[in-house]
Amino acid sequence: MDKKRKIIHPYIPNSVPEVKAKMLEEIGVNDIETLYEDIPEDLRFKEELNLPEPFTSEYALKRHVEQLLSRNQTCQENLSFLGGDCWQHYVPAICDEINQRSEFLTAYAGEPYEDHGRFQTLFEYASMMGELLDMDVVNVPTYDWGQAASTSIRMAARITGRTEILVSETISPDRLLIIRNYCKPIIKIKLVKYNTLTGKHDLEDLKAKISSKTAGIYFENPSYLGCIEDQGKDISDIAHDYGALSLVGTDPISLGILIPPSNYGADIVCGDIQALGMHMQFGGGLAGFIATRDEERYVMEYPSRLFGITSTSVEGEHGFGDVTYDRTSFHDRIEGKEFIGTATALWGITAGVYLALVGPQGIQELGQLIVQKSQYAMKKLSEIEGVKIPFDQSSHFKEFVVDFSDASKSVRDVNKILLKKRIFGGKDISVEFPELGNCAVYCVTEIHTKEDIDRLAMALDEYLNKGGSS
Amino acid sequence: MNRRNKVRNFHQAKWDEPVIYEISNEGERGILFPEIESEIQKIVGDGISKLPENMIRKQPPNLPELSQMQVLKHYLRLSQQTLGADLNVDIGQGTCTMKYSPKINEKLASSPKLSELHPSQDESTVQGILEVIYKLDLFLREISGLDKFTFQPGGGSQAIFAMASIIQAYHDSNDESEKRDEIISTMFSHPSDAAAPNVKGYKVINIYPNEDGLPDIEALEKAVSERTAGLLITNPEDTGIFNPKIREFTRIIHGVGGICGYDQANANGILGITRAKEADFDLSFFNLHKTFSSPHGCGGPATGALGVTKEFIKYLPVPLVEFDKEKYYFDYDVPKSIGKVRSFYGVVPAILKAYSWIMSLGSDGLKEVSQIAVLNNNYLLKKVLEIRGASAPYAKGKHRIEQVRYSWEELYQETGVTTEDITCRMVDFGFHMWSSHHPFIVPQPFTLEPTESYSKAELDEYIAGLKKVVEEAYENPELVKNAPHRSVVHKINTDSLDDPARWAITWRAYLKKKNKTL
Repeated sequence: MDKKRKIIHPYIPNSVPEVKAKMLEEIGVNDIETLYEDIPEDLRFKEELNLPEPFTSEYALKRHVEQLLSRNQTCQENLSFLGGDCWQHYVPAICDEINQRSEFLTAYAGEPYEDHGRFQTLFEYASMMGELLDMDVVNVPTYDWGQAASTSIRMAARITGRTEILVSETISPDRLLIIRNYCKPIIKIKLVKYNTLTGKHDLEDLKAKISSKTAGIYFENPSYLGCIEDQGKDISDIAHDYGALSLVGTDPISLGILIPPSNYGADIVCGDIQALGMHMQFGGGLAGFIATRDEERYVMEYPSRLFGITSTSVEGEHGFGDVTYDRTSFHDRIEGKEFIGTATALWGITAGVYLALVGPQGIQELGQLIVQKSQYAMKKLSEIEGVKIPFDQSSHFKEFVVDFSDASKSVRDVNKILLKKRIFGGKDISVEFPELGNCAVYCVTEIHTKEDIDRLAMALDEYLNKGGSS
Repeated sequence: MNRRNKVRNFHQAKWDEPVIYEISNEGERGILFPEIESEIQKIVGDGISKLPENMIRKQPPNLPELSQMQVLKHYLRLSQQTLGADLNVDIGQGTCTMKYSPKINEKLASSPKLSELHPSQDESTVQGILEVIYKLDLFLREISGLDKFTFQPGGGSQAIFAMASIIQAYHDSNDESEKRDEIISTMFSHPSDAAAPNVKGYKVINIYPNEDGLPDIEALEKAVSERTAGLLITNPEDTGIFNPKIREFTRIIHGVGGICGYDQANANGILGITRAKEADFDLSFFNLHKTFSSPHGCGGPATGALGVTKEFIKYLPVPLVEFDKEKYYFDYDVPKSIGKVRSFYGVVPAILKAYSWIMSLGSDGLKEVSQIAVLNNNYLLKKVLEIRGASAPYAKGKHRIEQVRYSWEELYQETGVTTEDITCRMVDFGFHMWSSHHPFIVPQPFTLEPTESYSKAELDEYIAGLKKVVEEAYENPELVKNAPHRSVVHKINTDSLDDPARWAITWRAYLKKKNKTL
């Protein structure tokens, strides 16, 4: 084979031989190889990396990747009722416009001068989240809800000096896996039961398990099963009676119509902002928030960056900067709180854009639209023979459990049939929550029309009761 | 542009843009949602009154009220007040690998064929993206010499945390995790190499550099014992010096029964040159947002791609992506898995961008990336050392890999001008100049990493910027000390940021405190 044609790659300007030669001359060496003199021979990789032939033209690359992606079937081409830690909401065009701006997309860790905009947008994001949550401190976002919940728990442990945590059984099982790993081996986790008839927490079980060793109780509202817990105040009171903290995970997009957890006694609130302007991206759009009151003993336990507003040498000019940077592991690799690194800042900026667009009225209207549609879907589905909607049907936001136990068809079978009709059925939780039987979690949001919901109901009825296309 | 001294007559956009609450107008709307269908309304009513009474929010949250163009304008102005890598010669944020993030990859990743995928979809509907994930795993196996990768960690620090978790799970399975309670790292490794294992309850021993700037191998020998759980080490470290004894390090750690984790977040100088495998590491990770070109996004979303040798596959977080010759699928059967570190499968768009970047370069291209990154760095080193007051501590007269930690100590001694002052003045010419991770072992530090993306002319322009500021430092230090003068804002008062009575992390907190303190 002929020696491959030497190309000047568009991403590597100094590949040009003349430039290369000039730079080598300036450095005073004959070849680039000499610059690697510190790497011992026996550590050198001598072969060629076994990688596919590259697509050196942008056009060929585009065709190749698009061809791969064309094998995906999306929630846009199909009708999806999947929820459970990642949700299909409408993403306003301006959210994409802003997060694809070169300035935000390719900035990183500059100073509060030349990156003033990055600091201000994230401060504004925190400010708007603070209003939604009715709390005064919100972090620069972390990886996801799982990390936010894990850190909330570790913060509670440090604040109380205790190492036991109570976690609701209604939590997302994936999130529980994250929390377990994040807490191990420092913090002991005990699960608190829920009532399988109402979906609400079993306060007797909570009282039996809480003690003076408990750092906090963590529960989610609405829960992974979609239920709205109305005993939040009781749970927080029980925690506080024992000197423990109330930690609540919540879906921020529900807070236009639901009261925020701080109003029923939560001390630390966390959750995911993906619903606020991020595409699902196969789970890549997640980002976690943590919020507390503005008390030193809370603020000093955040591992996250916290951006604050201040003044400058020019009267009336806003400046921004890191609040109590010294608590982070960037400042102190040993004593810093947990650790900090690159997480999901761009999604924080985007969620800010989203909240600024929807405004106070929009977030209320959106919340109402969602509950109306999900209530309608529950009603339609519950009318199908063989389908039950467990728990109180009025106590849901966008997600609810659908029980196929009476239909003698597994969720798996149901979803297979729906898929053929280009419908993605709800998430199968029959393994995650075996006590509920043969169940799936369905998610209905503002993107679903009445026709969409009717189409789902019809497809289910046809399969379960009319011997339709199996 | 002043052609003589090659420094731009720059001024950053300064819109004096108010905080969004200051431009809110009651009643304005930024976006409307669909109306509820009347048939639904008839059947379920208003929806709200069916909710538990004590859970209904009576007052809407105090969000700002703006029309759509006004929201757009506000954020566009704020974007102009942010200096991304696409705009400046971004070689001053050393260790961060600020390279070009190709626009074609952004376009591909924002396709609905990726953005509108739900992670719980049936496997048969996501074969395309699963193939991308699987193939990137194969590529990174080749680049590292390791046997399996997961892309679940959402950044380098989370990958380090996952490595610490795997080290603990490994010792757990041998009933040794209580005895083995120490992790060894080095002072010039990333801070998270010490901080993340700390979260797992490890006592962390940080090895200091010797006079050559390399972690002291004698100190390592003294530090190891039957208590050693593992090693978490960056190489090349922040200094850009490759640790030639790295295999000695892994031998010593393995000798006492410890596990070795390699921080290759920034592997930009050594692709196809040297690998984790040959240095005998058990675990290693690459940052897709550094070496593999996914953009930094003001600090994420990102990916720490974590690879392991065969023996450690059984500890990886679930699920793994596998291929059975016919279809791609998720494998949850990982017997000793640490569980999960992040939801689902990680930051999938970053995975696609890294895949696409590698597919545009191939084996020769990746090696060229590293060689030019190293060429650029040594060129820059030569030029910086010609600047009065600058030095590059350690390894005098030797070459470096992809970055260098420099020092302004001499300049500081002679003029009283600090690294921070110079950083603020560089801003006036449209440049970043980052100092260093803490603690500042190198006095008055600054860290430059030119990557492969910048042309010689751009490197020369950055050097001209440094020279200009240094000239000013000697001739008119006050000018530098009072900088910036042509940035978005002027000297920031930072005192209040550490004072609980005055710090304000949200606008509402600011309004509460403002009247008390100003």
